[in-house]
This record gives sequence, structure tokens and C-alpha cells, in this order.
Amino acid sequence: MSNMLQSNQNAMASGQMIVRRLRPVFAFLTIVIVLIAVWEGYKALGAATGNKVPFTGFELPIRSDDTSMPHVWDIFQALFRPARRGGEDVLLIILTKSALFTWREAALGFVVGSVIGFALGVAFVHSTLLEQGFMPYVVASQTVPLLAIAPMIVIWGSRLNWPTWGSVSIISAYLTFFPVTINTLRGLRSPDPTAVELMRSYAATKWEVLWKLRVPAALPYIVTALKVSATASVIGAIVGELPSGVAEGLGRALLTFMYYYVSGPEKLFASILFAALLGILFVSLIVQIERRVIPATRRLDE
Amino acid sequence: MNENNPVVSIQGATKVFNEGGTDRVQAVKDVELEVYPGEFVTLIGPSGCGKSTLLRLIGDLITPTSGGVKVNGKHSKQARIDRDYGMVFQDATLYDWRTVNKNVQLPLEVMGYSHDDREKRAAKMLRLVQLEEFANHYPWQLSGGMQQRVAIARALAFEPAILLMDEPFGALDEMTRERMQLELLNIWGQTSTTVIFVTHSIPEAVFLSSRVVVMSARPGRIHAIIDIDLPRPRGFETREDPRFFERLTEVRECLRAGESGKSHVEGYK
Ligand SMILES: Nc1ncnc2c1ncn2[C@@H]1O[C@H](COP(=O)(O)OP(=O)(O)O)[C@@H](O)[C@H]1O
Ligand SMILES: [Mg+2]
Repeated sequence: MSNMLQSNQNAMASGQMIVRRLRPVFAFLTIVIVLIAVWEGYKALGAATGNKVPFTGFELPIRSDDTSMPHVWDIFQALFRPARRGGEDVLLIILTKSALFTWREAALGFVVGSVIGFALGVAFVHSTLLEQGFMPYVVASQTVPLLAIAPMIVIWGSRLNWPTWGSVSIISAYLTFFPVTINTLRGLRSPDPTAVELMRSYAATKWEVLWKLRVPAALPYIVTALKVSATASVIGAIVGELPSGVAEGLGRALLTFMYYYVSGPEKLFASILFAALLGILFVSLIVQIERRVIPATRRLDE
Repeated sequence: MNENNPVVSIQGATKVFNEGGTDRVQAVKDVELEVYPGEFVTLIGPSGCGKSTLLRLIGDLITPTSGGVKVNGKHSKQARIDRDYGMVFQDATLYDWRTVNKNVQLPLEVMGYSHDDREKRAAKMLRLVQLEEFANHYPWQLSGGMQQRVAIARALAFEPAILLMDEPFGALDEMTRERMQLELLNIWGQTSTTVIFVTHSIPEAVFLSSRVVVMSARPGRIHAIIDIDLPRPRGFETREDPRFFERLTEVRECLRAGESGKSHVEGYK
């Protein structure tokens, strides 16, 4: 009797486990379905009222015809048709290759940017002079438009004989390092004064205080920054591709399909979806790593 | 007792915070105090009277504005570098990414003990504070009293000559507090540590101490020093001893006199 109860409870517990595991998947699917419904609903509304806001004479802000807003189903179908007339690869293959190419640029930029961002945070926490001297420039660097920086980096990179995609990585790193610097600094400063005094009472060196106290305390902050940076690195890579003449990435694909928009609007929307998906996947990768390294009680969000 | 040389000798220690600012505070003024080997000395006084400041001066966590602290004839800074101090604060200040065992090993890691030595000492200390079963727990999985016991184990792990404790039981409930006091005396009896202990609880001061140092506020100075000659080992029956109540009254009256600013002639040496 009690055994049955036990196994019943076990079954319930493992059932709950599965539900908990799948919850993010359900959430994601729900969001996708809602977005599709809104998209198609808007189109249906536009078709019914002749692109007017119901019961008024006002035009809808976006036209709802199939050129401005292709059907979701058409976008999906376009993935399995050759992207160019007479071309061999279907759009899905082309976009997947482009996304992988862009991800390589973004990943390298992400790593370089994170290391630089972390190093700056460590430097600033140890020297108020450095912080006061450089922090304004670090902040200012993010107000300079990326489109102004990108050509410069591409030109310098080509003089140094870097592969062009390497220059794109640097552009991506430029967007990545900032959140890491800010959050690393906050995290390194997060320990209580008494936690630092404890180290002082052991006559610990700055190096020991850094690695045994400040960095472990900063980890949750740093990982949070990495999630922001992962998205930023993808944006940096896509935007960086535009002026650099890289032919293989998502940025170039976006540009091309925008150019040929009228003949195939679905292709542009498909590339936009891929760009978004790339960002989402990169962030989920970081979240997975966070789950491994940081115990639940120490995670900053969730 | 006074025939040995003092372990800690505080000579005219004065601390002024924010000198020259509008928020200038004279936290401690002209403190003279000698603490002898194996003593249990308690600093007591109203909140804000400079107890923590004095303790932090002794431990060289802050530097005095004038005067100084000598430990076995050394400057307090040298004593800190020689790892003569173990510190326990009001909040246990455990590092929450480390297990109990690893928290106790923290000072040993910093001080370069070998892996085996660290494990051995940590195990011994956890046995001393009766937390062996919790070695692999994380701090948030422990009650406040248990966390404080870990903090004590951590402070004792490298066998410092002097244990500095700043209201270590201040955040605990009365029952836990009395049990912890008993345990602390137990541990103190088993080690040859000299303890300087800050509290604002009169019974706690009387129960634990060999001497109670009564401080008065603004600026913080020593108002009186009271010998607590209750027999040891102390236990539950100590709290029911008439002499215990006599000492309580004596400390309470000293505190009141200190607050009203009158000097307590006979107590101050
Ligand atoms: N770091 C500091 N900066 C400025 N003032 C301080 C600092 N630390 C303590 N004080 C002041 O010194 C006085 C004594 O403080 P403290 O030693 O913490 O008192 P207690 O521990 O007896 O409550 C208080 O008035 C407090 O505001
Ligand atoms: Mg205090």
C-alpha cells in the first residue's frame, strides 16, 4: 500500500520534472503561435477593411498586402525553394550557411570583446585613477554609431592583411565588451566590506582577493552581461558585414534580399527570422553554460 | 595574571574619521588597554561608542589617527601580516560559492597550507564546532547559529594568537545565543587563544569574560574595567549564581554612569 503510494509519488515527481524541463519550450512555442496569429490577423483585418482601421477612414500604419507582409506559410515555403533562379541551393541551406558564417564572426568577437571587457573591469576596480581616466571614453565609445566605426576597422584590417571576416569580428567585439566591463566592475565591487576585511585580516594579496573573492562574487554579474553581449555580438557581426564586402554572411544576405525585395519578399523575411534565431540560439547557449557554472541560488535573474 | 607581558597593548589609540570634513567623527579617543595571554576581554558600550572601531584598530583593519597598538611587542600591522588575528563579524561573512568545508579552508589557502594539511585542519575545526556532517553544505543551507559556528571554525583554523569578535552572536535568538556562548567558552578552553569580544549585551559580557571593558560614547573612551571573578568552567549554573547578578549590576551601573558622563573612579585603572 505504502509502496504503491511511493511509486505513485515518484511517477508524479518525474512527471513534474518533465513539465518543468519542457516549460521553456512551451513558452517559446506559445510566443511563436501568438506572433503568427497577430501577423495573419492583421493581414486578414487589412483585407477585410481595405487597409483601413475598422469603422474609420484612417489608413492602417502598414499595408497588409502580400508584398508588404507575406503570409507566414509563404515565408516557410520559400525556405525550400532555390533562392536564385537556376541556383542549386534552397534558401534554407543558403541561410543556414550564412548564419554559421556570421556566427563564427560573432563568436570570435564575443570572446575577444568579453576578455577585453573583463580585463577593463579588473583594471578599473584596482585603480580609481584608471577608472576616472578611461570610463568616460568607454561610455563615449558606445555612442559613436557602429556604421561610422565599421568602415574604419575594415580599412585598417585590410592594411594589416586580416581576413575581412576578422575585421567584422573586431566590430562585433566593439559592441560586446561594454556590457561586460560595466557588469564585471559592478560584480567585482559587490562583496560586503566585511568580506574584503576578512581577506585583509589574512594579509591576502590583491591577486588573492581578486581570484578568491571578487571574481567568484562577480560571476553571476558577468554571466548576465554575457547574455546581453551574445545578442550584441550578433548585431555587431551583421552590421559589420555591410560595409566590409564580406560575401558569405547574414548581413550580406539581408542586403541582397532587400535589393530584390519585390521579386521575393518572403526571402527577406526569412533572413530576418534567421538573424533573430541566431541571436536567440547564441543567448540560449550562454544560458546553458550559466546553468552549469552558477548554482540556482546565485543567479541574478530568473 | 599581570606578571606576564601583555599580548595586546593599546597605547593612546585615537581614531578620527573624515578629519577636516563637516562629517568629522572622533570615534575612539586616548584608549589605553592591556590584554594578557589567554584572557577573555569584552568591550561593551552603547551603540556607536566606538567598539567596532577599537576592534578594527587592534586588528589593523584601519589605522589609528594617533597612538598605536602593539601585539607581543610588534606593530599591529606586522601582527596582521604574521597572521596573529582571527576575525569573526556579526554577519558570518561566509563566501556563498564555497561549501562549509571550503569556507573553513579559505584562510589556509591564502596562507599556503598544503592540501592535506588544509583538509585535516578543516575537519578538526568542524568537529570542534560540531558541524562535521555539514562539511559539504553551502552556507545558505545552514541556520544563523550554524553559520556563525562555521565563521568561528574558519577564524580558528590557522590557530591565531588572538581572536577578535565583533558582536558575533548579535543576530541570533536568545536560546541559540546562550548555547553559542557556552560553546565558545568550551572552544576557548581547549585552545590557548586570547579573545577580544565586542557586545552590547550585559549578561553576555559577564558570562563570557575575564574582564569587561565599559566604554562611553562620543568620543569613545574606556570608562571602567571590571574583573569578573566567577569560577570556571562556567555553565548554566553560572547564570544563577548570586555573584553573576552582582557583576551584572556593576556593569549596568557603570554603563549608566558612562552615559551620563560622570567618571567611575574606582573601576578605571
Ligand atoms: N568608516 C567610517 N567612516 C566614518 N565614520 C565611522 C566609520 N566607522 C565608524 N564611524 C563612526 O564612528 C562611531 C563609532 O562607530 P562604531 O565603532 O561602529 O561603534 P559601535 O561598534 O560601538 O556601535 C560612530 O559614530 C560611527 O558613525
Ligand atoms: Mg559595532
